[in-house]
Amino acid sequence: MAPQDHTAAAGTGSSEHLLDSTLETIDTAEALVTEAAQRLGIDEDDIPGLGMAIRECVANAVVHGNRYSTKKKVYLKVWVGERSLEVLVGDEGDGFAVTDVPDPLAEENLMKQSGRGILLIRAFVDEFVVRKREPQGTEVRLVKHLPQ
Amino acid sequence: MSLNMTTRQVGDVTVIDASGRITLGEGSSAFRDMVRDLASQGHKKLLLNLGDVSYIDSSGIGEMVSGFTTVTNHGGMLKLLGLNKRVKDLLQITKLYTVFEVFDDEAEGVRSFQ
Repeated sequence: MAPQDHTAAAGTGSSEHLLDSTLETIDTAEALVTEAAQRLGIDEDDIPGLGMAIRECVANAVVHGNRYSTKKKVYLKVWVGERSLEVLVGDEGDGFAVTDVPDPLAEENLMKQSGRGILLIRAFVDEFVVRKREPQGTEVRLVKHLPQ
Repeated sequence: MSLNMTTRQVGDVTVIDASGRITLGEGSSAFRDMVRDLASQGHKKLLLNLGDVSYIDSSGIGEMVSGFTTVTNHGGMLKLLGLNKRVKDLLQITKLYTVFEVFDDEAEGVRSFQ
């Protein structure tokens, strides 16, 4: 699917993308969100962290959700509002519950190789919501606000 | 930019100079392979210079933790050198500052193994 742009007032608007379940999609998503963040005027110092949050979300969708399936897509929607940036990342996997992810800061998990992605996402965005996607998969919503 | 790594000896300390990104995919697997190879070859004092590493994701952090465990299991030590602010922040967020010894100065890092 070709990207669909819905641009409203100068700088605001949204775009939707249907992306392959590949590692390249992680770079693509980061670039799209970084461009939107710059358009909104998010502080340059905050953009790498936001980029990391997006990369972790999309990596989860590609690796754990769609398991690199060529038959499954990653859905990305980016909204630029007047004072906030909102991103939806969807996959077509079996779904997961955030509460099932062990706390990576617990002593017994500190030396585990994986399990830090959600911690990093939460560290760099203002809102983070995970919900079931219909008919299948998981949808993650991230929001980054401009400072008041 | 992918990950490039070279090694050099400073006395009996092996310094790994890394540059680029340690991220999911080639970057993190190249890092894993190098640390495992060095550990299995008997290198016990490893100082990982991250001064030119611009970006590490959770996969890269995982490989650093795994590398630390691998080297420790071989009776060695893996320490970190030259972290930029972003990587320092990641170690703070993940509480791994409590695991890794971190140095800003190479000579100090090398001396710490003695």
